[in-house]
Amino acid sequence: MAKKLLKGNFIYTLFAIIVGFAVGAIAMGVAGYNPLEAYGSLFGVVFDTTKTMSYSFIEYATPYILTGLSVAFSFKTGIFNIGAEGQYVMGSVAAMLVGAFVPAPAVVLIPLCILASVAVGVLWGGLVGYLKVRFGSHEVLCMIMFNWIAYYLSNFLVLADGINVGGGKTWSHSIQDAAKITITDWFPKNAVSSRTHFGIVIAILCVIAIYYIINRTTLGYRLKAVGYNRSAAEYAGINANRCVIVSLAISGALASLAGGLQVMGVTYKVTQFAAQESYGFNGITVALIGATNPIGTLIAGWFFGAMKYAGTRMKLLDGTRVPKEIVDIIMGCIVFFIAISNLFRAFVMNRGKKGGKA
Amino acid sequence: MKKFLCVLLTAVMLLSLANAAAFAEKETVRVAMVTDTGGINDQSFNALAWAGLEKAQAELGVEVAYLESVTEADYGPNLETLYDEGYDLIICIGFMMADAVTEAANAHPEQLYAIIDNASTAANVTGVNFATEQCSYLVGVAAAKMTKTNNVGFVIGMVSPVMNTFGYGYYAGIKDTNPEIVIQPYNANSFGDVAGGKVAANSMFTNGADIVYHAAGGTGIGVIEAAKEQGKLAIGVDQDQSYLAPEAVLTSAMKRVDNGVFTLCKGVVEGTLHGGDVLYTMADGAVGIAPTVTLMSQEALDAVKAAEEAILNGTIVVPATQEAFDAAYGADLYTLDD
Repeated sequence: MAKKLLKGNFIYTLFAIIVGFAVGAIAMGVAGYNPLEAYGSLFGVVFDTTKTMSYSFIEYATPYILTGLSVAFSFKTGIFNIGAEGQYVMGSVAAMLVGAFVPAPAVVLIPLCILASVAVGVLWGGLVGYLKVRFGSHEVLCMIMFNWIAYYLSNFLVLADGINVGGGKTWSHSIQDAAKITITDWFPKNAVSSRTHFGIVIAILCVIAIYYIINRTTLGYRLKAVGYNRSAAEYAGINANRCVIVSLAISGALASLAGGLQVMGVTYKVTQFAAQESYGFNGITVALIGATNPIGTLIAGWFFGAMKYAGTRMKLLDGTRVPKEIVDIIMGCIVFFIAISNLFRAFVMNRGKKGGKA
Repeated sequence: MKKFLCVLLTAVMLLSLANAAAFAEKETVRVAMVTDTGGINDQSFNALAWAGLEKAQAELGVEVAYLESVTEADYGPNLETLYDEGYDLIICIGFMMADAVTEAANAHPEQLYAIIDNASTAANVTGVNFATEQCSYLVGVAAAKMTKTNNVGFVIGMVSPVMNTFGYGYYAGIKDTNPEIVIQPYNANSFGDVAGGKVAANSMFTNGADIVYHAAGGTGIGVIEAAKEQGKLAIGVDQDQSYLAPEAVLTSAMKRVDNGVFTLCKGVVEGTLHGGDVLYTMADGAVGIAPTVTLMSQEALDAVKAAEEAILNGTIVVPATQEAFDAAYGADLYTLDD
């Protein structure tokens, strides 16, 4: 039991999180803030009321759970989906276009918006996969460029006549009420955040579905085989090229869905970007904290969402005024220590017996 | 594991109790602002607004704070957080937050809000606007004095009653100084089209202009670039844009967001702020001409100074509406508002 624990990911992730907070505490100490007070408020803020909990675990966490899941899934095929950022943007644009301009009742419009964002993600991710297997272009470079294409395409569209709301504003028309998935009205007044939406349910369903695909289907088996050793997988008769495209298409769909749900549940519109919003890039952090495991990603997404929400509020602490960047330091340290956790693992395993390896 | 969880939860409980105690005392006026997605260090509106709040802290003893928005999804939660913290006034920096502040104001009718560069959208929202026709008038005077070709340009980012005040002031300043000058107008229909601004300014220079004023945000960066490349002059807007091209930016029509925010704080302290639209003018120190004068001739500086005094003592009333402008200068002069 103890050995299994030492071999698995959980203990190292926990260790990385503790070290991350410790480094954050040192940084705060050096900068002249009281780390205990700051961390106290960090946790206090998250669990303060049902409202702050819904901000943390629903409003802020939902997009990170999905982009994290997207990145985690692509890791299974040995691919690093750094394009989640662009896929997220495309998904939000697709949901906005359908939600704002297709006249339909809610029962039709909501699934249609979700479908549109998923479809555009399948295309956006799958296209990169196609370029990789057809022309051998490197997927990381390709996706970074696709991120910028999505970024500028979105900026172009929200300012275009007909889509732009007009009057000198820099955002698109809002989606119709029928396309909104916010459910704040279902709860007593002031009990939940103003943008509590059922996207979280969809995100959890996705986590379960991805868990099932990876662990219980032949498709998941193939994807994992390609991820572990592409040549061996091909030798065993698996079409590795097809697996790469499928993996990126599904991964793209998840990240796009995050963008779509964010528009339908939180922003209601797409605004001209001043800078990349990093929902996709933060998905990489979430996937790493979650040990690229779907269930782990769900928990990591909640953790990340809570940290993002609480981080902004740390500024307001009486007397401390801790900058929100401290959260970035903590997150950076956690990712760093997770990245080098194999080193610790090898160290720990080798102490007892020779030959222990991850 | 269970034990660990117990310890954690106990710690959380204790710490939140400690927190609650910390919020008990409160008497000073507390004002907070929410930045738009530009962030606090944008070297523009947000940074200026925060400078205004810091000044209020130093001079009025107001307790101040800010929350940054990284994405537009942060607007709502940030406004809600500040509401929960019980600030007396919550200031939203920039029209990007118009929808968010309207929603928050309707949800909490007893809370005072303010928004910069947007009209009031609810009874408890103060819409802060600036008399931009006044600073535009001053740069118009400067342009009229500095042009050698008697031909100048004007690039606007968007045609609306608010945006047109830039044009009315600029045109009035030029025509009052020298009626002979020809003005070339252009509507870029965008605040972010750098290339478009450059093309427009270049064609104005080709058609004989030697100074172009822009009221077009990011599009204006292109205007300044064109002036720099052609060896001509540009006039900046909102802040002292001389740093973008010291050899090509003649002067700038400044909107002093910091002074505007400071005046808001003063209103809260004195209890005179109750929502509605407010217009901050030159008399409030909220608009003016940039301090950088390296490219200006002494004659131009004197003329600007005289115009400034005339506006302040009321001898010159700069037109801010289509009716006022057309009545004074004729309906055919300023064509962008047709």
